[in-house]
Amino acid sequence: MFNTLSERLGSILNRLTGRGALSEADVDTALREVRRAMLEADVALDVVRAFTEKVKAGAIGVEVIKSVTPGQLVVKIVHDQLVEMLGAQGDTIDLNAPAPVPIMMVGLQGSGKTTTTGKLAKRLTEQGRRKVLMASLDIYRPAAMEQLAVLGRQIGVETLPIVAGQPPAQIAQRALQAGRLGGYDVVLLDTAGRTTLDEAMMTEAAEVKRAVNPHEVLLVADSLTGQDAVNLARAFDRRVGLTGIVLTRIDGDGRGGAALSMRAVTGKPIKLMGTGERMDALEDFHPSRIADRILGMGDIVSLVEKAAANIDAERAARTAERMRKGQFDLNDLRDQFVGMQQMGGMSGLMGMLPGVAKMKNQLAAANLDERLLKRQMAAIDSMTPQERKHPDILKASRKKRIASGAGVKVEDINRMLKMHRQMSDMMKMMGSGKRGAMAGLAGMLGLGGGAAMPSPEQMAELAKKMPGGGLPSTMPSLPPTFPGGPLPGLGGFPGLGKKK
Amino acid sequence: MNDSTPKQSPQQSWWQRLTGGLKRTSTAIGAAISDLVTRGPLTPERIEEIEDMLIRADLGVDVAARIAAVMAKGRYQDVKESQTILADEIEKILAPVAVPLTIGDGKPFVILVVGVNGSGKTTTIGKLAAKFHDEGRSVMLCAGDTFRAAAIDQLTIWAGRSGASVLARAPGADAAGLAYDALVEAKGEEIDVLLVDTAGRLQNKASLMDELEKMVRVMKKLDPAAPHVVLLVLDATVGQNALSQVEEFRKVAGVTGLVMTKLDGTARGGILVAIAAKHKLPVHFIGVGEGIDDLAAFTAKDFARAIAGLE
Repeated sequence: MFNTLSERLGSILNRLTGRGALSEADVDTALREVRRAMLEADVALDVVRAFTEKVKAGAIGVEVIKSVTPGQLVVKIVHDQLVEMLGAQGDTIDLNAPAPVPIMMVGLQGSGKTTTTGKLAKRLTEQGRRKVLMASLDIYRPAAMEQLAVLGRQIGVETLPIVAGQPPAQIAQRALQAGRLGGYDVVLLDTAGRTTLDEAMMTEAAEVKRAVNPHEVLLVADSLTGQDAVNLARAFDRRVGLTGIVLTRIDGDGRGGAALSMRAVTGKPIKLMGTGERMDALEDFHPSRIADRILGMGDIVSLVEKAAANIDAERAARTAERMRKGQFDLNDLRDQFVGMQQMGGMSGLMGMLPGVAKMKNQLAAANLDERLLKRQMAAIDSMTPQERKHPDILKASRKKRIASGAGVKVEDINRMLKMHRQMSDMMKMMGSGKRGAMAGLAGMLGLGGGAAMPSPEQMAELAKKMPGGGLPSTMPSLPPTFPGGPLPGLGGFPGLGKKK
Repeated sequence: MNDSTPKQSPQQSWWQRLTGGLKRTSTAIGAAISDLVTRGPLTPERIEEIEDMLIRADLGVDVAARIAAVMAKGRYQDVKESQTILADEIEKILAPVAVPLTIGDGKPFVILVVGVNGSGKTTTIGKLAAKFHDEGRSVMLCAGDTFRAAAIDQLTIWAGRSGASVLARAPGADAAGLAYDALVEAKGEEIDVLLVDTAGRLQNKASLMDELEKMVRVMKKLDPAAPHVVLLVLDATVGQNALSQVEEFRKVAGVTGLVMTKLDGTARGGILVAIAAKHKLPVHFIGVGEGIDDLAAFTAKDFARAIAGLE
């Protein structure tokens, strides 16, 4: 998602970061291109204007920081502004009210209200362990109420029995009543939509709101909408009063400008986003992560969080300590492989890295083989403990035995051993306290004491270090040598680029 | 999603509805223009304002810049005059694409209707069926949207309303197979026009686009000329994303023409100008309401004048 915008912004800003000094004219030119990129991504004009003005103001008054190029500073300013535009902190659905908590969904026809209602119900039931009741207030569209009922059966969530001929506000009250009697935690109200903004729809929505006083009023909006998105959000907010926005079809072809605009225009947080057709394709909206993604700076936050959740901290510390001493043996390598698999394998991991958006096509071409990890683990598993600790003793006959045991070729074993050697060399280098590019990385790896978060400058630095244009030639040879475990793999990148 | 109940609104001409729908755009543009004219000569900043205003109407950055540049050349005395210039410029872009849909040879004449979810495909098919039926042609509908359960019922309702026959199967059936069978049946019954509905799909979903391509492929087995026309249905609220929709659907299904729906609301439909400038695909119809006869032929002049705020 957001790929189009991300690619455009990335290439504009990359041109800046490479330069030693920046004139005001350089910034102006870049900002004009940013403006265009955003408009073409359907970001509302007013929002674009405010955005570029703020970036410019920020860029002019900024203090020069040593060791960071002016261009990198601009990247940081753009990033900060994006975050501000999207809402500084992530807000989620608020259920902090006496049960049953009424939540009302509003929006145009075809924006995905009913589907989103179902997704939200499923999510609240499964993740929040709430008892949810859904009710359709759409008395106009034929079979709308049945549709919700069918959906409810699919996901195992109760729906309000249909009573023909009731007006929406009454149905809402009946739903709440049923919610109270049935001991439900949450009541989801799916209102009727129209093809366009009209008075009748607004009046009806306002009536329903008065009748049940919902704790959350969520606008369901299609992220494919053009400049009209702003009018939509404003109109609903004015007439009904919103507490949040749900963006649907974020999995569309990646412009998502409406997303950027709606928060800025209404001041209401984007709480959720629909990311696919499956019923569990509903995610929290993290403004700063989305900003990272739009900038192509990678989702480092997600990466670190995922890493923290999946890797046994103690084991990681032990590995780090051994790395520092240069005693990184095959057991450790295996741990790294396991960690990597838990994080969604190679491609899952790569997707979160900075700058990867740019080389996505090359990645696809390089055909990263997920089975490679498994095979390499199998090879390690076929070794004796002695061999794992001291890979040096592996001579031809041992390798042959291991290869036949693991169902791989001797070359594969050699390749893995070579990779292991390179990695442990690199780690010794980092461990010996060499400063420079590696220092920042080492910090990230937990070598420098705890999992320090990289600063945006470091992130930018990292992105720059990723070999850009030179990739195609090195990529195909990467798979055998690359999978160096979750984080060391990161370090392996620049190093390899230089050696080749 | 798509509505199938005609709204009980007083009868207006489609033109009134269109201008009503475009009013928000046109009043904004009208106000902006009068503001610009009364404030004296056009400075570079003013040109940029015109450009911005056109961008707000979804005309896209390129087209907006081009039109603003043309406007910058002249100095106009009154609002009407500058609006006329604006309308003329827009018309110049739209005129080549305002092509009516003609039913050619080919029996049955196969029309495949494609688009993203919720753009109004099924409703458009219903309206087209009624139109062709009124012209004295025999019409068959193929409920190729086998994904959305309600779509099949919806199409059946439309078939009843428009006097067309319909071939439908249970939800989840293979759409390509259904299209093939519909073509066989239409041939057998000597139907004049076969309208094939498809499930809505986002243009970046490769597997769904493959499925669409397959529908086209199997029909070609029976009749190399089929589908004779492939209509892409676009929603008027859609923004610059429509450009990529046109591109992708054209690549996969060989789109031959466009229909723009939901022009009866606040949506501007200015994206049509951007599409016309870039892809030069014929625009056959515009949908201006939910009733069965709310499908109008697209005329460049009227549309351009409506966008520019001229009655």
